[in-house]
Amino acid sequence: MNGMADQMLLSVRNLTIEYPEAESPSGKLAAVRDVSLDIPRGGILALVGESGSGKTSLAHAILQLLPIASGRVLFQGRDLGGLDKAGMRAARRSIQAVFQDPLASLSPRRNIRQTLLEPLNHFKTGTKQDRVDRAANAIEAVGLEKELLDRYPHELSGGQRQRVGLARALVCGPSLVVADEPVSSLDVSMQAHIVELILELRERLGVAFLFVSHDLSVVRRLADRVAVMYAGQIVESGPASQIFKSPAHPYTRALLRAVPVADPGHAAPVVLEGEPSLPLTPPTGCVFHKRCAEALANCSSRQPVEQEITGIEPDPTEHRVKCHLWNP
Amino acid sequence: MSASPALSVRNLSVYVREDGMERSVVDGISFDLAAGEVLALVGESGCGKSKTAEAIMGLVSGAAGRVRADAIGLGDLDLAALGERGLQKIRGCEISMVFQEPLTALDPVFSNGYQLATQYRRHRGQSRKQSRDSAREMLRRVGFPDPDRIMRSYPHQLSGGMRQRLVIAMAMACKPRVLVADEPSTALDVTTQAQVLSQMIRMARDTGTAILLITHDLGVVAQYCDRALVMRRGQLVEDAAVTRLFSNPKHEYTSALVSAAREMRL
Repeated sequence: MNGMADQMLLSVRNLTIEYPEAESPSGKLAAVRDVSLDIPRGGILALVGESGSGKTSLAHAILQLLPIASGRVLFQGRDLGGLDKAGMRAARRSIQAVFQDPLASLSPRRNIRQTLLEPLNHFKTGTKQDRVDRAANAIEAVGLEKELLDRYPHELSGGQRQRVGLARALVCGPSLVVADEPVSSLDVSMQAHIVELILELRERLGVAFLFVSHDLSVVRRLADRVAVMYAGQIVESGPASQIFKSPAHPYTRALLRAVPVADPGHAAPVVLEGEPSLPLTPPTGCVFHKRCAEALANCSSRQPVEQEITGIEPDPTEHRVKCHLWNP
Repeated sequence: MSASPALSVRNLSVYVREDGMERSVVDGISFDLAAGEVLALVGESGCGKSKTAEAIMGLVSGAAGRVRADAIGLGDLDLAALGERGLQKIRGCEISMVFQEPLTALDPVFSNGYQLATQYRRHRGQSRKQSRDSAREMLRRVGFPDPDRIMRSYPHQLSGGMRQRLVIAMAMACKPRVLVADEPSTALDVTTQAQVLSQMIRMARDTGTAILLITHDLGVVAQYCDRALVMRRGQLVEDAAVTRLFSNPKHEYTSALVSAAREMRL
């Protein structure tokens, strides 16, 4: 496990995140429970699941924006939780974030040039001229005209703002960008452009992405690997091609079957009955058993163990599932 | 389906004021919505589809803009000629609307039960007791297994999908002739979207309500709608049964939309 974590750009090990919650018997709500994942250099991992499944909490914990109850976040083999202030400051330069609502994450009183210069000034990168050049390069790298540098966020379209958000994340030359629903507020045609852009940036700059999304068609086009979250746990993870072609967990199958396909001849979406469960109390069995159409007798009593299902030796392409159906 | 349409829009235009200039965002569109039909209004953001919905509901006035129409027929009524007083009696009763963000349609300081029951008291003249019974029954019909708990709680205590189902329950309480739904599932997860849309359409089939469903998602059009209007830059460029829209799109823009959606297919 440790050997593999060393080669990974980002490794999350047994991460648990808790919020204080008055309505829970234990006084805590585990938004994320015992989650592990890896992202290699230049890799794109998509985190999918319903709202409330813990995707955003996990992304924020990786960015060290949320306290971690237990577990570790290793970046380039180093535990981010063990870093001192200077160490964390250096790491922040390599881990950048893009958020869902670009208008909320861009300062309305700064023009785009000032917004892009801010991180460079903060990290005292190069000479003043270097910084100005880098800001100009960043805006071109995301496919925008240099003229936009003098504009303010409110003067831009939604797609342009999200590109500025990406440019700001990239301007310091990070090796990982954590993007939380970066295309969810955009039109379909604009989504396609941003997806192309992210793929191109990965190719050209070798940047890795943790891409949080509930939009499966976007994820399919973008991700190398997919991790499916339900009620704070990763219930399935594997290569994107395999997850979409042969989903192993009943929840992943339900997610895919719920998508309305743009073809009137295609089978109608299937409704997954019931409400998503909030992990107020530690689950006695599988987190999904109450809504699962294929639940077995022991699904309500015993927690399933995560296991390999492809049968090949453990490597980054492994396909893992947490479900009793695969280990009756 | 009866011969006379549930909603008949003739030559509808909407103008908004920008920098002192009037600009048309909906440009003389006409269409019929048959009783019980689910009609999609499709297009990219800014094409005028939401403004069309707001204009039909009589929600565009004063600073928001100006509406001109030969007729907006709802049964025997002409909404274009009714005026605000008359519209207030009709809205939420004969014709209702559901918005993308349910929290904008719910009041945070009143319980869910009170807000839903208000529909029955206001439009149906029911007593307090009767209206609460009706509300409880309605919540059960939109799929809440424990209506009493929902009645007692407040909008912020519900998930996004539950809020949208509550808003749909409010909109459908008076069995309206027409339900205008503006991107009702866009903010929801796929699983919740399937739940909300199928419930909404099942209820509409039961009551004979026609739905004008505004969406930019061709998957939603293909799977949930009978017919579709394609809108671009304020004009209707195509009006077709859904099967025909996908198999044989006539307008260039429709073909582009359909092939883009095919490309994004799972």
